[in-house]
Amino acid sequence: MNSARMIALRRIARPLITTGVLIAIWWAFTRISQVPAYLLPGPASVAEALWHQRTLLMWNTLTTFNEVALGLLIGTLLGAACGLVIVFSPLMQRWLMPILLLSQAVPIFALAPLLVLWFGFGITSKVIVAVLVIFFPVTASFSDGLRRTDRGMLDLATTMNASKFSILRHVRLPAALPAFGSGLRVAAAVAPIGAIFGEWVGSSSGLGYMMLNANARIETDVMFAALFVLAIMTVLLWVVVDRGLKKLLYWVPDTTGAPI
Amino acid sequence: MADTHILPPPTQVGLATPPRPAAAGIVISNLALRYGARSIFTGLSLDVAPGAFIVLLGTSGVGKSSLLKIVAGLAKPASGRVTTTNGQSLSGHVAYMGQTDLLYPWASVIGNVMIGSRLRGQRPDTARAEHLLARVGLADRAHALPSELSGGMRQRAAIARTLYEDRPIVLMDEPFSALDTFTRAQIQDLAAELLQGRTVLMITHDPLEACRLGHHLVVMSGTPAQLGPPISLRGTTPRALDDPELLRTQGELMKLLTPQAPE
Repeated sequence: MNSARMIALRRIARPLITTGVLIAIWWAFTRISQVPAYLLPGPASVAEALWHQRTLLMWNTLTTFNEVALGLLIGTLLGAACGLVIVFSPLMQRWLMPILLLSQAVPIFALAPLLVLWFGFGITSKVIVAVLVIFFPVTASFSDGLRRTDRGMLDLATTMNASKFSILRHVRLPAALPAFGSGLRVAAAVAPIGAIFGEWVGSSSGLGYMMLNANARIETDVMFAALFVLAIMTVLLWVVVDRGLKKLLYWVPDTTGAPI
Repeated sequence: MADTHILPPPTQVGLATPPRPAAAGIVISNLALRYGARSIFTGLSLDVAPGAFIVLLGTSGVGKSSLLKIVAGLAKPASGRVTTTNGQSLSGHVAYMGQTDLLYPWASVIGNVMIGSRLRGQRPDTARAEHLLARVGLADRAHALPSELSGGMRQRAAIARTLYEDRPIVLMDEPFSALDTFTRAQIQDLAAELLQGRTVLMITHDPLEACRLGHHLVVMSGTPAQLGPPISLRGTTPRALDDPELLRTQGELMKLLTPQAPE
C-alpha cells in the first residue's frame, strides 16, 4: 500500500477509534454501575431510539439546520456590514458601538423569552437568537483585520493612483480575510447553541423542542439521540466552514507543520 | 539656509539608454517637516536632473524615509513643495519601492506585477507583464504565490512591478536591505540595468550599495537635518565590487556617517 493511502486511512481511522473507545467506556459504565436507564441510557438503547425516531429526528433536524444556516448567513452578513461601517465611519462607530456592546451585554438567556414572545414559536425568533450570538465575533474580528492593513501595502497602492474604493476592494478586504475567517469559525461553532437555546425557550419543532419533550417524559434515550444528531450537525457545519475558509484563504501559509 | 544642490544628469560615456522621452527630474524646494515641536528638517532643497540616479544616505531616524514619502506624495510637508522638472505635480509620475517587497500575498507573481492596472480599474497588460518577468528571470514563476519564492526572487518580482508602472521617476526606500550580501549584489546589477534612463531617488544604509548604483550621493545628517554637498562618481553603473573609485568613496562615506565615539 502506498504511503498517501496509508495517511488517508489513518485520518479516517483516528476519529473512528476515538468514538469507538468512548462508546465502549460508556457501555461498560452503564453495565457495571447499574445506573437506571432513565438517568443514563446505554449506547444500545440510544441507537434503538435513533432508529425508531428517525423520521421525527430528520424533520426536527431540518428545522434546526434551517435556523442555524439562516442565522449564520444573516449573522455573517450583518457582522461584516457592521465591521465595515465602524472602521470607515468614525461617526457611525460612535453611534453603533454602544448598541453593539449592549446587544452582547444583555444576557441572551434574558432576551430569548422576549424574542419568542414577540416573534412567536416559529423559526424567526430562533434565527434572531442565533444572529445575536453570531454577528459579534464576526464584527470584532473583521474590523480588527480591516484596521491592521500593512502601511506599506496601502502606500504602494496610493502611489499607483488607486481610488479609496479600489484600495478597500483590492487591498484592505483581502488583507482582512484571515481575521474575518477566525470570526466566522467562532460563529459557526456557536450558531447551533443560539438556535437550540431559542428552541428550549419556546418552539413547535426542532431538535431543542424534541429534547424538551423527551426530557419532560423522561425519555432519556430520545434526549441522547437528539443530542447525538445535534453534535454531528455542529461538527459537520464546522468542517464545511473550515474547509471553505481554507480554500478561500489558499494564500495564507500554515506554519504549524514547519520546524521551529 | 541650505543652498540648493543641483545634481546634473549622468555623465557616463556611451550611456546604454538615453534619458527616456517622457523623462522628468525632481525639484525639491524649501521643504520643511515638523513632528509637534520637533523640527525634522527645514529649508531642504534638491534639484535632480532627468535620468540621474541619486542615493540618499544617512543614519536611522534622520528623516530620509519621511523625505521620500513626501516626494512620493504619501505625506504632507509643513511647508515647501516638490514638482517634476517640467513643473508638474509628481502624482502619476512616480513608482515606489518600500523597505519590504510589498507583494500582496493573495495575488500570484504576475498578478502582483499588474496590480497597478487592477487598482486603477484598467485592463491588465499580460504580454508586457510576462515580458518584464522574463527580464527579471521569473518567467517560469509567473503563477506562483509570493510565499513560494525566495527573498531574492520576491525582490525581482517587485522590480518587475515597478517597471510595469513605467513611471519616469522611481523612489526606493532601502529596497534591498532584507537580502543577504551576495543576493543583494546580484539584484543591484539587475536594478542598475533595468532602471537606466529613469530618474531614481534611493535611500540606503549601505555605503557599498550607494557607491555601486549612484551617479551622485547625498548625505543627510544633523537635527534639523541638512543635505551635505553631493559626492559624484564617474563611470557606468553598476560599478564593479573592486572598482578603486568605489572603494575610495565607500571609505569616505564610512568616515562621514560613523558617529564619533564620545571621548
